[in-house]
Amino acid sequence: MSDGPFNQAVLIRGGTVVDATGKRVGDVLIRNGVVEAVGLDLDDAIAGAQVLDASGCIVGPGLVDLHSHLREPGREESETVETGARAAALGGYTAVVAMPNTDPPIDCAAVARQVFELGARATCEVAVAGAITVGRAGKLLAPLAEMADLGIRLFTDDGNGVQDARLMRRALEYASALGVTLAQHCEDSSLAAGGHMHEGEWSSRLGIPGQPGEAEELMVMRDLALSRLTRAPIHFLHLSTATSLQMVRVAKQGGARVTAEVAPHHFSLTDAAVASYDTVFKVNPPLRPPADVAAVKAALADGTADAIATDHAPHAQEDKEAPFDQAPPGMLGLETALALAVTELDLPIERLLALLSWQPAAIAGLAGRHGGPIVAGAAANLCVIDPEVTWVVDATRLASRSRNCPYAGRTLTGRVRHTVLRGEPVVIDGEAQR
Amino acid sequence: MTATVSATAAPGVGPAAAVRPAARLSTAKPGGRRHLLSIADLDREGIEEILRLTDMFVEVSERPIPRVPALRGKTVVSLFFEDSTRTRLSFEMAAKRLSADTMSFSVSTSAVKKGESLRDTVETIEAMGIDAIVVRHSAAGVPWQIANWTEGAAVINGGDGWHEHPTQALLDCYTIRQQRGRLDGQRIAIVGDIRHSRVARSDVLAFTALGASVTLVAPPTLLPPTLAGWPVEVSHRLDEVLPSCDVVYLLRLQRERMQEALLPSLREYTATYGLTRQRARLLVPGALIMHPGPVNRGVEIAAEVADQPNSVITRQVRNGVAVRMAVLYLLLGSGVDLGV
Ligand SMILES: [Zn+2]
Repeated sequence: MSDGPFNQAVLIRGGTVVDATGKRVGDVLIRNGVVEAVGLDLDDAIAGAQVLDASGCIVGPGLVDLHSHLREPGREESETVETGARAAALGGYTAVVAMPNTDPPIDCAAVARQVFELGARATCEVAVAGAITVGRAGKLLAPLAEMADLGIRLFTDDGNGVQDARLMRRALEYASALGVTLAQHCEDSSLAAGGHMHEGEWSSRLGIPGQPGEAEELMVMRDLALSRLTRAPIHFLHLSTATSLQMVRVAKQGGARVTAEVAPHHFSLTDAAVASYDTVFKVNPPLRPPADVAAVKAALADGTADAIATDHAPHAQEDKEAPFDQAPPGMLGLETALALAVTELDLPIERLLALLSWQPAAIAGLAGRHGGPIVAGAAANLCVIDPEVTWVVDATRLASRSRNCPYAGRTLTGRVRHTVLRGEPVVIDGEAQR
Repeated sequence: MTATVSATAAPGVGPAAAVRPAARLSTAKPGGRRHLLSIADLDREGIEEILRLTDMFVEVSERPIPRVPALRGKTVVSLFFEDSTRTRLSFEMAAKRLSADTMSFSVSTSAVKKGESLRDTVETIEAMGIDAIVVRHSAAGVPWQIANWTEGAAVINGGDGWHEHPTQALLDCYTIRQQRGRLDGQRIAIVGDIRHSRVARSDVLAFTALGASVTLVAPPTLLPPTLAGWPVEVSHRLDEVLPSCDVVYLLRLQRERMQEALLPSLREYTATYGLTRQRARLLVPGALIMHPGPVNRGVEIAAEVADQPNSVITRQVRNGVAVRMAVLYLLLGSGVDLGV
């Protein structure tokens, strides 16, 4: 917040409260950034509170995104911390993890501090992921301890996988003393080289060079082995193939310290979309065939995947309006993730919120402030969701500075109605308040 | 929305191609733009319509003054992001024989080098008031993108990456029909670097649409990652295929394939997949030898074999002009008298 804590009392009235402890009907009274009371008939408790209507809605903990590319510093024409955070708030997020592939990259305390400062004024909490290696170049360890001292809990070279097995082993060992988690973008770069979509039937027909799912799977397999060797935790970013998820499933059964996220586009789009040659469908890891999409959904249903993470990756229109093999990979995600989950996944709302809120909060080290039970004394980071309403995605009306949304024109079910950050309603009835 | 740009339809082969949009090129269609982007956008009837029209333009081409006024006042731009003098000249000659004005825009020497975007380049050219753009690009799909960015001009795919080269397939069909009477029932072997070949992808679609059976002959490294859904047979032994084919179609082998570990050496390629003089004797009399050019003599085909009487490589080139006249006429013609 810009000028001190938000002091006005807020009453979220008429909703059903859902958190990790269960589901109950009740109003939520908020004051001075914390939940003051949860119950029925709180109207009399306070006069002059700002009332947010939640009738027919779910009142849940704010969503937490493990994977947002906010582009600042360096690519402010495609997104800034401010615009990305606004998109996040509209999507129901009260916290996002900003990925370090900025320019310069977040590979030292100075750049991390800059992003934290930008985030302090934003409409969601901006946590930061630091790079594992200097310049994300995969050669030398970045100063992990120095960044951990600033509160950074996740490290990744996202955009690149750490190719060198020996370096990755050392990074896991070194990080294990810091209480932080390394997160891997799984891609064997030599096998994936030159591939601009999933290698399979569609790439064969379309004449677009592909990358096989095995490029992802090789690194999942390697890093499971390295995590076992070092006894350090590992988090897998945006897993997208049936085999990757099966390896994680088996590893978890064996007690491995592994967590995994999947992205909304990997459960709602297939590689057939690329037949349009529209570069909005170019993303990395690439869109996969229906069998992998089904496997991603199954992994969300059975707990193999711990989180839905957006991989929100804004790109300026002029960059996307390039030949398919030259366009940068990535698509917007923050404003559509929840609705895609409601629409595409056959899961109850408490399971969806586990995947979108408290489980990612735990992975990001944000559980103290986000995703916790909605009880008196808890931080007032909340979102109010209408799970029934349908809406049509209009890419021209998104808060993100970019327009590379692959769901334009699609009818989705479920929408965020209000978002409350530290007691302040930053989104009311689907409108950003600042 | 235009007739032949199909953003959601499958520009592919096999099952997806079974749901081809009914978007034949047709001179009768009032208003709206027509493009030639993929053979998959044409059904059998659409291809045959072009071949029938080509007969007329072959006749025009044989006149002392091989020119008709059909496209007078129209402007055809060739927008080539990749060098292909042969294809560009063939389109330009076709346009000139129809009395269209032509402009040639070779982008490797121009704007894109100065950081101008593909879209800017296309919009600038269209603003000059042109009627058709022939696009050649090293990336698959660029003609689709251009068709979505332009409003007035017809877009003709002059070859996009590894994807398609529809006018090449049409001239190949025309040449086979001319030499053998029909495509139905013909057994055609396509030999060589299928994986990187826009010609092969378009030919498979066109040949099979017209009733021919196709066998792809290549080492696995030069085949697409999967052929699921392709209506073809596959073989790795050219010697076994040659005696039973009516047409053998050789593809050009790029010399840089060795650097990508796709082949050990040119010598080994020629020994296993080249149409050597000895191997050519396995062909039945009258079997056609075809190649999209330019030929790597001594690599995919021996020099003497390329010059055999049953080699129709130069005829393919000649027919290319007439086929492209037919395509331009169908896309741009106002239905006025052809003057033939
Ligand atoms: Zn990534």
